[in-house]
Amino acid sequence: MVQNIIDVKDLSKSFDISSKEPGLKGTIKHFFRRQTKSLKVIKNISFEIKEGEIVGFLGANGAGKTTILKILCGLIYPSEGSILVSGYQPYRRKENFLKNITLIMGQKQQLIWDLPPIESFYLNAAIYDIDKIEAKRRIKKLSDMLEIDDELFIPVRKLSLGQRMKSELLAALIHQPNILFLDEPTLGLDINAQRNLRKFLKKYNKETNATICLTSHYMKDITSLCKRVICVHNGSISYDGKLELLLKKLTPVKEILIVCRSEEDAVKLKNSGFTVKNKINNEITIKVENNSITSSLKTILNNFDIEDLYINEPPIDEIIGKILIKKEYVI
Amino acid sequence: MLSNLNNRKIITLLKVQYSNMLEYRVEIALWAISGIIPFFMLNIWTNNNLNESINISDVMLSRYFLSAFFVRQFSVVWVVFSFEEDSLMGKISPYLIQPLNPFFRYFAQHLAEQITRFPFALTIALVFFIFNPESIWIPNLLILFLSIISTFLSFIIQFLIQSIIACLCFWTEKASSIERLLFIPTLFLSGLLAPIVSFPEYVKSWIYLTPFPYLIDFPANLLSGNSTNVIGGFSMQILWILLLFPVFKKIWSKGTKKYTAMGS
Repeated sequence: MVQNIIDVKDLSKSFDISSKEPGLKGTIKHFFRRQTKSLKVIKNISFEIKEGEIVGFLGANGAGKTTILKILCGLIYPSEGSILVSGYQPYRRKENFLKNITLIMGQKQQLIWDLPPIESFYLNAAIYDIDKIEAKRRIKKLSDMLEIDDELFIPVRKLSLGQRMKSELLAALIHQPNILFLDEPTLGLDINAQRNLRKFLKKYNKETNATICLTSHYMKDITSLCKRVICVHNGSISYDGKLELLLKKLTPVKEILIVCRSEEDAVKLKNSGFTVKNKINNEITIKVENNSITSSLKTILNNFDIEDLYINEPPIDEIIGKILIKKEYVI
Repeated sequence: MLSNLNNRKIITLLKVQYSNMLEYRVEIALWAISGIIPFFMLNIWTNNNLNESINISDVMLSRYFLSAFFVRQFSVVWVVFSFEEDSLMGKISPYLIQPLNPFFRYFAQHLAEQITRFPFALTIALVFFIFNPESIWIPNLLILFLSIISTFLSFIIQFLIQSIIACLCFWTEKASSIERLLFIPTLFLSGLLAPIVSFPEYVKSWIYLTPFPYLIDFPANLLSGNSTNVIGGFSMQILWILLLFPVFKKIWSKGTKKYTAMGS
């Protein structure tokens, strides 16, 4: 049986936020009497993640998904609740825990800006007590997987964003962590670089059975990597489960565009009992429930003279967009 | 905090930070030149014969100020500014989840900068000797060794003071403004502008209770061969380190609990 590697119960996090009224009056008032209020950004959430799972955290900006990752990796303290990651309380930042995890933030870097990435890799190897020969072997293996080579010896400031991100990944993975926390890892990357990164993460997960917690606004990252998603809305979990199931439930109906040989056939099809969305000349679009697609297609192909047909899936961004603004999704 | 530090980590940190500092060698040379304030002070003192009032010869005074220049070059600290920027921009986040306190990175950065600074400081000293050949002296090995140790201890005291202030970033966000409050006492009470011996007796007795005279005055007197209380000086330096280190540890531990990882 696969064990839970992350166990979160009733986790809450509040931040003290100071507020200021606009204008000079507000500024003077703020100077003498600063008003702060406590803002609960994570509200009693609970979830478990199993070893080797890739879980995507979905949510609108400010929903709290990055805060969850920061708490899980021990960067910030929780206000309430209990968390166990790999058997440790992350906020205690025990050495053995830190050697087990990594955090990669798409918009932040740990590489030394003016030096080639290789220098940062050797520094990280020393910090994580990896001997030089082993460090060389790991750098070689990871750089092969990431398809970077010459870039290792060029100052970071001269690398492209994609090359820099790959180097960041290498620096963050040199200690072979069991748990990866990735916050928008493909942010700002071009399509090819995004695809390569996803390919690498899939391979890394397959080869090392590492657990990956990921946030991303690029739906392709989520759909190609995560079987399970946790949707966060205003600091609460609105859905936790299989992505496939969520998508199926959210799109119970598919649209089929049928191109008939003649307009006569299109008229016949329109009057045959299908739910018609629209009809333009010999092209007709019908709506069919997911569970009756096969039988509907059989009927259409057997009874009508069809030139071509297309099954249209609604864009995934649109579906996910619907989730992000809803409080709760019960499947 | 110090338990997970081993030789390999220290050497690699120093090597990497030294390579990094070499990228900024011109900037470091300019910083070295900008630290010539003791020479201006020497000029003011000798031109006005102020040294006569404290019974120090011209030669000994020039040696004192040259030593003060050297001590300053190798004990200057700016960790509060680096940490403040990194903390406010969220740059320390990746370092906080590594099994090494981020302050070791800053510490290594400072040491590497000092190594890079050394040839420039030495050149400035040579130029000084060309214009003041009577001031040339070669301290004996023991004195040189003790001076290096006391300069290093002075650096540690300043590093700890600034690190404590830097940790206030977790609460105030602009901790460097608090550091500026220390600028004036450091300037006047450390011996950078005048040897502490020149202060009135009752003021001196108070000054020696603060950490300031052990930052410049004590190591500079030691190096220049002026009379100084060696055991007392070292004891006070070690005492201040022993006092400041637990304060830093406590404030660091409390501060990281307040960290909100802003900007990331």
